[in-house]
Amino acid sequence: MSDNITINTGHEGSALDQIKAYGSRLKSGEMGALPAIGALILLVALFASLSPYFLTPINFANLFTQAATLMMVASALVFVLMLGEIDLSAGVTAGTGMAIFVKMHLDGTPWLLALALAFAFALAVGWALGYFVAKIGVPSFVISLAFYLAFPGIMLLILGDGGILRLEVPEIKAIMNTNLPLWAGWLMLAITLGLTLAMGLWDRSRRVRANLPTRPLSLLYMKVAAIAVIGGAGIAILNLPRSLIATNRIEGVPTVIPIALTILFIGTFLLDRTKFGRYMYAVGGNPEAARRAGIKVAKIRITAFIICSVLAMISGIFNVSRIGNVESSAGRAIVLSGVAAAVVGGVSLFGGRGRLVHAAIGAFVIAIIDNGLGLLGMPAGFAYIITGLVLTVAATADALARKRSGGSLTRT
Amino acid sequence: MSNPLIELSGVKKSFGPVEVLKGVDLKVYPGRVTALVGDNGAGKSTLIKGLAGVQWYDEGSVKFEGQEVSLTTPRISSALGVEVVYQDLALCENLDIVQNMFLGREELYQYTLDESAMEFAAAKALQSLSVRTVKSVRQKVSSLSGGQRQTVAIARSVLRDAKVVILDEPTAALGVAQTEQVLNLVRRLADKGIAVIMISHNLHDVFQVADDIAVLYLGTMVAQLETKKTNHNEIIGYITGLKTQKEKA
Repeated sequence: MSDNITINTGHEGSALDQIKAYGSRLKSGEMGALPAIGALILLVALFASLSPYFLTPINFANLFTQAATLMMVASALVFVLMLGEIDLSAGVTAGTGMAIFVKMHLDGTPWLLALALAFAFALAVGWALGYFVAKIGVPSFVISLAFYLAFPGIMLLILGDGGILRLEVPEIKAIMNTNLPLWAGWLMLAITLGLTLAMGLWDRSRRVRANLPTRPLSLLYMKVAAIAVIGGAGIAILNLPRSLIATNRIEGVPTVIPIALTILFIGTFLLDRTKFGRYMYAVGGNPEAARRAGIKVAKIRITAFIICSVLAMISGIFNVSRIGNVESSAGRAIVLSGVAAAVVGGVSLFGGRGRLVHAAIGAFVIAIIDNGLGLLGMPAGFAYIITGLVLTVAATADALARKRSGGSLTRT
Repeated sequence: MSNPLIELSGVKKSFGPVEVLKGVDLKVYPGRVTALVGDNGAGKSTLIKGLAGVQWYDEGSVKFEGQEVSLTTPRISSALGVEVVYQDLALCENLDIVQNMFLGREELYQYTLDESAMEFAAAKALQSLSVRTVKSVRQKVSSLSGGQRQTVAIARSVLRDAKVVILDEPTAALGVAQTEQVLNLVRRLADKGIAVIMISHNLHDVFQVADDIAVLYLGTMVAQLETKKTNHNEIIGYITGLKTQKEKA
């Protein structure tokens, strides 16, 4: 037998062939985040034409800080949505963790230790949820609803009669309220480009060594160039001075951006390139097949809930950093927006499909609707209604895409 | 004929008061397709589950390559090289062909998935079975036809260096052309020296591809015949209980 592969691997042909193949995948219903990216561009164009403030540097920076918390909640939820589960308590878990953190710090505990306790709380909650779902068989909707109802009570008890405590940790406040020096923004872009290129070349060299066909290098270069142009434009805008007061100088990439990007990168790496990630998709797609393949399904489910709670805790940190205090209602509203963001971005509620970048893009769509309508002076009610409409469209598109790819089962 | 790869003798299995297998003998040879036929409730599934290690036999001996073995867990069966392709296939539709073929035994390189090695091996396994119907090994299973899915499930057992492949109704849900493809695949599997056990209700398929036919009737192995030396009517007689081995003798 020869050493060559005669069956196609999807890597054959010129760059043009590859683009055509991508087009036909889109037609067959594997649209991924593309509809959300389309919506994003449409919304930006719409608000930019309606409001002169929308594209100003200060609003641009605001958008990122507004979207960051939601993005982290949505990313957290991707891990459970992917398994066809849900965690309604992600927001209040974060709120309760932050209440523990702020209260303990005010009572004299070093802030890092207090923060570690908040994360320990997240681990415990995630494990408990996962245990109820995977081992006992309680539907995740119900058990997380129970946590959702109970945790604001715990928060009230911790926060005391006032129901609110101020954050007095400058290190945490800095996340949402400081910016990187100008050079650090460019360094961030350089690291991103370097990593993209290095991983692309690494995968390519592995394929060459395995005697497999490879995609044209030009595709990789195009990807890197696209990131360079879009990222470069973004950083250039964020590096413009944007203070409204002449005596105050505000410029640079908000500190939260590199933090969020790093978490997204690690999460994506985990899902795309490790056994655990592969098992997550397998369990989400067909738990019985996963079980027969020897995958410990319960363990994967529990781990997913733990990751969800831990990432939710990070969203809690972002939130408390931004508003500077913890209230007993913290995290109640955001979790449903997080689900909406994930679905709008292309994560399937039916399980088995979803990426963190989908959650990020979905969060931007929702944040832009909020931000843009606010700038236009629309009553807050409109933002809710339009967000609801966008979610309806996204969920319908998801269902139709599933139908279409289901329809192709009968084709040979 | 060479030595049997698997030899069952006097295998019994009861569920409470119900005796499902009443002392079954079966010989399975490498490089041959043994069809296991019998009406519903004859005990085919119970017999297969025992070989897969999912459910153990109460009594009787199982010899694998002449050695007495006890198949008490799926892991033991799998380590001996017994692979079962279930009727519902157990594939993840949201994963591609390579990912499904390696599910549960992914190859790693520096702690991360070794996609190129897996892709190469998967393509090789499909090639060794002369599979030409799949467009790309990176196609999602959701986009495959029933016959192609069956192909992926069977190729997965080849990838695992199976010595025995047990197929549970591999053509049950397929059209004419796809049935033909899958039967050809079953033949090639045996030609690679693998012992194939195929459960089927379709005697047309059985006579087309099987070398031996084993008939279960109410928990008893009433006949194990060479396909060449029998015919439709005789097999139907055994399946329905109109004919028994003793009568013949």
